Amino acid sequence: MLGWKDIRQMTAREIALQLGVIVLIVVIIVSAYQSAQYNLTRLGITSGFSFLDRDTGWSYSFSLLERSIDDTYRKTLLIGFLNTIFVGFISIIFATILGFLIGTARDSRNLGLSTAASVYIQIFRNIPLILQVVFLYAILIHFPGPKQAYALGDVIFMSNRGIMVPVFNMPLWSAGAAAGLSILAGIVLFHVNKSMLRAALLTLTATVVAFAVMLLLTRPEGEPLISVPFLKGLRFREGGTISVELAAMIVGIVLYGAAYIGEVVRGGLAAVNKGIVEAGGSLGLSPFAIWWTLKVPMALRSIVPPLGNQWIFIMKATTVGVAIGFSDLFYIVSTSITQSGQTLELIGILMGAFLMVNFALAQAINWLNRRLALKGYG
Amino acid sequence: MSGQVTYLQNLQRRAFGTPKDTALTLIVGLALAWLAWLAIDWGILRAVWRAEDVALCREDGAGACWSVIDARHRLILFGLYPFDEHWRSTTAALAIIVTVILSCVPWFWAGRRIITLWTLGFATYYLLMEGSLLGLAQVTTDKWGGLSLVLFLFSSVVLLGMPMGLGLALMRRSRLPVLRLTASLLIDFVRSLPLLTTLFTAAVVVPILLPDWLQGDKIWRIIVAFALFFACYQAEVFRGGFQAIPHGQFEAGKALGLGKWQVLWLIILPQVFRHALPATINMVVITFKETAVVIIIGLFDLLASAQAAFGTGEWVAYYMETYVFVAFIYWAFITSLSRYGEYLKDRLANEEH
Repeated sequence: MLGWKDIRQMTAREIALQLGVIVLIVVIIVSAYQSAQYNLTRLGITSGFSFLDRDTGWSYSFSLLERSIDDTYRKTLLIGFLNTIFVGFISIIFATILGFLIGTARDSRNLGLSTAASVYIQIFRNIPLILQVVFLYAILIHFPGPKQAYALGDVIFMSNRGIMVPVFNMPLWSAGAAAGLSILAGIVLFHVNKSMLRAALLTLTATVVAFAVMLLLTRPEGEPLISVPFLKGLRFREGGTISVELAAMIVGIVLYGAAYIGEVVRGGLAAVNKGIVEAGGSLGLSPFAIWWTLKVPMALRSIVPPLGNQWIFIMKATTVGVAIGFSDLFYIVSTSITQSGQTLELIGILMGAFLMVNFALAQAINWLNRRLALKGYG
Repeated sequence: MSGQVTYLQNLQRRAFGTPKDTALTLIVGLALAWLAWLAIDWGILRAVWRAEDVALCREDGAGACWSVIDARHRLILFGLYPFDEHWRSTTAALAIIVTVILSCVPWFWAGRRIITLWTLGFATYYLLMEGSLLGLAQVTTDKWGGLSLVLFLFSSVVLLGMPMGLGLALMRRSRLPVLRLTASLLIDFVRSLPLLTTLFTAAVVVPILLPDWLQGDKIWRIIVAFALFFACYQAEVFRGGFQAIPHGQFEAGKALGLGKWQVLWLIILPQVFRHALPATINMVVITFKETAVVIIIGLFDLLASAQAAFGTGEWVAYYMETYVFVAFIYWAFITSLSRYGEYLKDRLANEEH
């Protein structure tokens, strides 16, 4: 790679070309700045970030935190950001699990399993995500009302108001704290432990313990540990609600993402050296043991880089939420633009947020990659 | 060769090799057959087909109500395009489809031929749809919609994005630091943003940043932004193609007395295109799929026209049929393109051995 020092080796034409590009970029920036100033003055908009402290005065569909229409733009944008991260991470986790199952089935020697998996992939991968999400949303809002809700064993109810599920009887902040503690424990455990499997199991245990402790500590006096929804009058009481928008978003993204991840996983599993699998078989290992202790660990090395691309894709895909009115960051930003007119600042915030999240994800994937790299291999 | 297992024998072994395999194959096979039966029963056997028979849809035991498609298919396929001019929209859409099909024929895989083909196809589309240059009634782009708008977006993005992608790839490989840095920054920036953000910026932010006379129609701004998105991914695909070429070839070209651009154009690029072909088709497929998000920027694409089709009183109940119809159109296009990509990948892989 050549650096700046080599300027002496360049011909006059090459230097002129580069100067031309620099001048072009400067001209674009300066003229964009001037038109922006002209257009903003004409529209009567003061640029700057002071609008962040103004009240929004409008409502939206979903929030993890307490919210009201008197919130400031700052808080509303933060809620939108949290929603994007929330849906993104949940979708990534479930799409990865489902994708591994589908990829394994696709790679299976059994004809039935591999056919079923490839039918799934051919359907869900070849229809645009936004169409799937909108379709799913339309189906969910046409469910019967609460009185005729579909019930699963009288604890889960599906109606046009969303999916009512039993939840642990703990305040939101305490669940958040438990989740934070588990993530922290996970980071430490994965750093300390050599074996990924053991670290994963320990993290799972730590998560269960953290939630159990927080549940016992913060449960409201005299109420049961788990709150189960029940129909009273025209609506459901107690329990937790997964809103129609949230359900359509997560299910849609997971089904679509899993089809792609399934292909990635299949590719990785198929690339594992056949000799290793046969060696495992002749040692008398069960098919599951061959899969879990030989194929998956070997395949992970080729799976993780493309899997990481899929994770970043899923994070970006959360923006389709705007099509069904799910209040992700993109939805909040575009509503804020209509309401406040602070277009440039808000687009800057949107881009900055995505650059940051995707950069962080890419770092995490790189770390995972290094972690998995075999000593002595490329 | 003796001992070789035929394809059918292999399938049989995979399905019924052991009792466990047999059981699994039967269970999964029955489940799939049951799902297929449900779909056929609902979509074909118990379905109502004609718009006049819509009253039958409300009877008990009626399946899919394809009456909505019979009554509204023109809206779904052509959007708000003037009713009497629909033949133009049909011919234009066919021109694009024929262009794509012809591009799959190896005879066209030469620089000049493929460029001529796409320019011709695209020009046919544009002249027919817009009309004024052919002496037909003028139809402005805001009236374009439905499937023909999707095909227009798709073909213009690919047509515009392909040379842009090649340009960015060459810039990123350049030994001139300014070009290299500009290209890398642009590519990495666009690739970390959701497509929707890029398109939204083109639709909403660019009007603020550009003087009035430079803005152009919204649809063209969106196409340019979409093409930029395509180009940034395609540049990485081309870069992969460049990396597959041994360095000796550049030197061999030089030794033959060819200039830098001649080496590139005559020796290197044909091979780059060949190496990058499967990944390029993959990108083209993704582009086709991603055009569906333009509904959010306010273009009247297939999804928007589908929602309009069941948006009026009598058809509201038949959203399912309309979505299934649109999903099937997308699925048919995307599946045939990606199937072709897989076939090509296998063929190229076999040729190399």
